[in-house]
Amino acid sequence: MTGSEIGLALSVFLACTVEAVEALTIVLAVGVTRSWRSAMIGVGAGVLALAVVTAALGPALTSLPLNVLRLIVGGLLLVFGLQWLRKAILRAAGLKALHDEAGIFAREREAAGAAGAIDSGFDGYSFTLAFKGVFLEGLEVIFIVLTFGANQHNVGLAAVAAVAAVALVIVTGMLVHAPLSRVPENSLKFGVGVMLTSFGMFWGAEGAGANWPGSDASLLVIIPVTLLVAIAMVTALRRRVASPPSTAEARDDAAVHA
Amino acid sequence: MSRVEALGRFLWDFVVGDDWRIAVAVVVALGTTAIVAAAGASAWWILPVGTVLVLGLSVWRVARPAG
Repeated sequence: MTGSEIGLALSVFLACTVEAVEALTIVLAVGVTRSWRSAMIGVGAGVLALAVVTAALGPALTSLPLNVLRLIVGGLLLVFGLQWLRKAILRAAGLKALHDEAGIFAREREAAGAAGAIDSGFDGYSFTLAFKGVFLEGLEVIFIVLTFGANQHNVGLAAVAAVAAVALVIVTGMLVHAPLSRVPENSLKFGVGVMLTSFGMFWGAEGAGANWPGSDASLLVIIPVTLLVAIAMVTALRRRVASPPSTAEARDDAAVHA
Repeated sequence: MSRVEALGRFLWDFVVGDDWRIAVAVVVALGTTAIVAAAGASAWWILPVGTVLVLGLSVWRVARPAG
């Protein structure tokens, strides 16, 4: 396995783990509180919808000329990666609330309990919440799988990494029957942010016509340098934690984005 | 909110996220890279420099004291 393939598999596996943990929390909350059967139908419908999106986008992406693909995908990955990294840096610096699966599970469970009586047979609330959880969390994963896979002409490896991550989370969730609050989700998001940003810069620049010194080997410099820059930002920001966060971010925290 | 508005809002949140300046900076950096590379000059450094700058500015906006 080459360095690029390891990077591909690792990025997809970590991103899928994070998103699967978040989807599992939602499904568990409605399953435990209301209806496992309806929640599972919602999960199935969500997976089916993701398969349709994959079937539609996959061939379209892989048919693009490589430079166009790298420009578009590199740009999107860079925007995605910077979003993940920004949140991860702010959380690591103490400027944004940490993602707390146990807290989210408790809130979802309370909301599910207060959502009214459970319909006999089929519970629309459980179905809708489980469907949305799986589809919305999965969409980002599908995007990462397709873009990474198409860029390296190895969608198969990306898909295997994604399935392995989701299977691991599902099996673990079935065993503990509780939200996976011990998964170091914020650290994983930090790592995924670094990988997406690094690959986004690499592919984006290549797609725009630039040549990296050392070609593919430059990733061995880009990834650690991106990590070091992110850690340096966390260190610098931690020194400011003594002063209160800005009002804009306080509003962001209230929403607790994924 | 209509379904079209909801879809637009979802796509905006999905692609652009919390800080729209990041998306704009990435587009500008990619465009600059393409122009510089087409002129025959070395352009690989533009995206890394732009990335560090926009990420630093984005988190700094949050960290600076309010007011």
